[in-house]
Amino acid sequence: MNLNILWFILIGVLFVGYFFLEGFDYGVGMIYQFLGHSDTERRVALNAIGPTWGANEVWLITAGGAIFAAFPEWYATLFSGFYLALVLMLLGLIARGVALEYRSRHDKPGWRHMWDWALTIGSFIPALLWGVAVANLVRGVPINGQMNFTGNLLTLLNPYALWSGLTMVIIFIAHGSYFLNMKTRGMVSHRAKQLVKPMGYIGAFMVLVLLIWSSTLSDLRLGAVPVAVGLISLILIAAAVVAEGHNRSRTAFFMHGIGIAFLTVSFFVALFPRVMISSLNPHWSLTIYNAASNAYTLHVMTIVALTMVPIVLAYQVWTYWIFRRRVGTKTPLEY
Amino acid sequence: MSQLGLARLQFGITTIYHFFFVPVTIGMAVLLAILESMYVATGNEEYKTLTKFWGKLFLINFAVGVVTGILQEFQFGLDWANYSRFVGDIFGAPLAIEALAAFFLESTFIGIWQFGWEQVSKKVHLVAIWMVALGTTLSGFWILTANSFMQEPVGYMLVNGKAEMKSFGDLLTNPQLWVEFPHTITAAYLTASVFMLAISAYQILHKRNPELFKKSFKLAAVAVLITGVAVATIGDQQATHLVTAQPMKIAAAEAIWHNTSDHAPWTVIGIVDSKTHQLKDAIQIPDMLSILAYKRLSGSLQGINTLQAQDVSKYGAGNYVPPVAPTFYAFRVMILMGVLMILAGLWATIRIKGEKFLNNPRMLKVLIWTLPMPYIANSAGWIMTEVGRQPWVVYGLLSTAKGVSPAQTVPALDIWTSLVLFSAIYTALAVAAVFLFKKYTDLGATPAKAPVEAEGDGYLHVI
Repeated sequence: MNLNILWFILIGVLFVGYFFLEGFDYGVGMIYQFLGHSDTERRVALNAIGPTWGANEVWLITAGGAIFAAFPEWYATLFSGFYLALVLMLLGLIARGVALEYRSRHDKPGWRHMWDWALTIGSFIPALLWGVAVANLVRGVPINGQMNFTGNLLTLLNPYALWSGLTMVIIFIAHGSYFLNMKTRGMVSHRAKQLVKPMGYIGAFMVLVLLIWSSTLSDLRLGAVPVAVGLISLILIAAAVVAEGHNRSRTAFFMHGIGIAFLTVSFFVALFPRVMISSLNPHWSLTIYNAASNAYTLHVMTIVALTMVPIVLAYQVWTYWIFRRRVGTKTPLEY
Repeated sequence: MSQLGLARLQFGITTIYHFFFVPVTIGMAVLLAILESMYVATGNEEYKTLTKFWGKLFLINFAVGVVTGILQEFQFGLDWANYSRFVGDIFGAPLAIEALAAFFLESTFIGIWQFGWEQVSKKVHLVAIWMVALGTTLSGFWILTANSFMQEPVGYMLVNGKAEMKSFGDLLTNPQLWVEFPHTITAAYLTASVFMLAISAYQILHKRNPELFKKSFKLAAVAVLITGVAVATIGDQQATHLVTAQPMKIAAAEAIWHNTSDHAPWTVIGIVDSKTHQLKDAIQIPDMLSILAYKRLSGSLQGINTLQAQDVSKYGAGNYVPPVAPTFYAFRVMILMGVLMILAGLWATIRIKGEKFLNNPRMLKVLIWTLPMPYIANSAGWIMTEVGRQPWVVYGLLSTAKGVSPAQTVPALDIWTSLVLFSAIYTALAVAAVFLFKKYTDLGATPAKAPVEAEGDGYLHVI
């Protein structure tokens, strides 16, 4: 295996981590103000993600940095091309991050409602737009011979990509519901559980449609492997609902999360060895070779990544261990 | 405004805004770690109360620094795609390492620190804040490694019109990095120290728990003095380095169009006339520029006109002169602010003996007014550094005009749209942050107690 492939896999791993971890954070952000009927209950939901959401978000930042370092052409084409979509996503992430910190620092109802909505919308937008972005990567976008994107925002908002975006929103809502059910006590946990069944099944249905739609995309580049990986994802997402029905909340959460992971993997498998597909001319697609840094940079970055990633994983897992207890209304709620 | 102009405006606004919050984060993490170390070492609850008070202001500040940093990670791709293609091979590496080695560290341990007061032992909690301090300082190191390459490209080779990395070691030993990083990081420590000094003075002046805030006052006063002197000393080294590494930047910062004599005077202040290539009404100190530049009594500096002619023969026809007036004035504003902060630190430190500052309202009032100074100095410093590098984005290798995203992919209208949206949300955040700073400052420090719990629809009180 050469380093170009290794870095493609590493970036895939970073996105798997990002969608798994921020997936439930976004889900919680989208539903907590409806699950929490009192301010204390909302605070319970937010405290369930409070200590860890920041580090979860760094998976995205690191993925962005890794794309820049390993595949600078991909970085340049993707973010200049998906310009307005990325701007909207960043605005969402900015609003959401500050909302999580600021919402409870002042106790006027107007202040809290404002930040509640900033958090909900700021969680919805990135969930939707990542679904849109990933679908467009697989579907192909107009890229010219100089690796420059020649479309606009409307090019990205095609029905297939929008379906993918909504699918992402629904499975993240389901993911957040599983998480709150597992991680909190009392009414918040109870209401989250009620949400799991409808969201889980709708999510599974949407993934099924997405897979069928993906496999009918014109040029048969989506072979059997990504569809098979996608089917594993579908099975896990559906099975999670069943596990939840047997009150196995932790098992259900992880099954659903691994389902999201497989869905992410299926997209990356469909892309490989390309990173962005040109709908104008297949020869103009960006690949892990023509978009990559030189061998020396990849070599240096490999050493750095293989040293740092295990350390990072170790202390992140440790944080989850520290905050392993369920959060309830009787828990002292730190700010 | 042209697409290029808009892209530059967007980068300037968002980056300066981001850097309003970053230095306090970097510096306050260290000050918090010191305060909490005192608490763990002495068991004195007052230090815990102080840690929590400053910790709240830290968190309010940290949140905005973090979220505006997300944009930074992606905006080289947004508006500067050609720059990213040209230099990504080198520039992306420190950015990725920053995320991997620094952002994970600070974001994970800030979570433990913020939510873990009751969950982990005192010692683990203390380790957490030191890890945050390490992470934020490391983050500064890696991003300045990237920036230093733009000022002084090293360890690269040009292949097919792109800069590729040749030596990672050269990037890390870039001479520019080893003046820029210490200067910036001590400036960050100074910023947080001034922040703490000014607000401590404010609390003492308003008789809010002066017995408590005198402790942070003393810590901050000494810190302002030490870090202030360090910033200035290293800044002097950096300027000396620029004389050989980026002579055009120094010539612009000093507004010297013509080669100086062997005894070059340093202009304290004057009026720049870029049209006639003159400094008017200048107040000058004889020989001082030679001393600053060469650390000896004589030595001439090349003027802008000479350097422009040299650059034309080196890079071909073109204008290689940065905007002189902003570079000149920014440099002076930075120095003035630095001197004032050092004086404030000195004054406050002298008055520590016998705790004379407690009964000196005039002094406390003056110290409150030091609060904006580090912000002005930081912004001015970056304006001098980045404007003074123009017309280059990577010095001597790539002009700013060639680094922007192609107009077909990113039309001016898109940049307008995003500029308006970012400005709007950043303004709203600034209002919210200032509101909370004021609120928590006025609430003062109270001994820690569990938050009041309310069932039903009651609102949870934060204090």
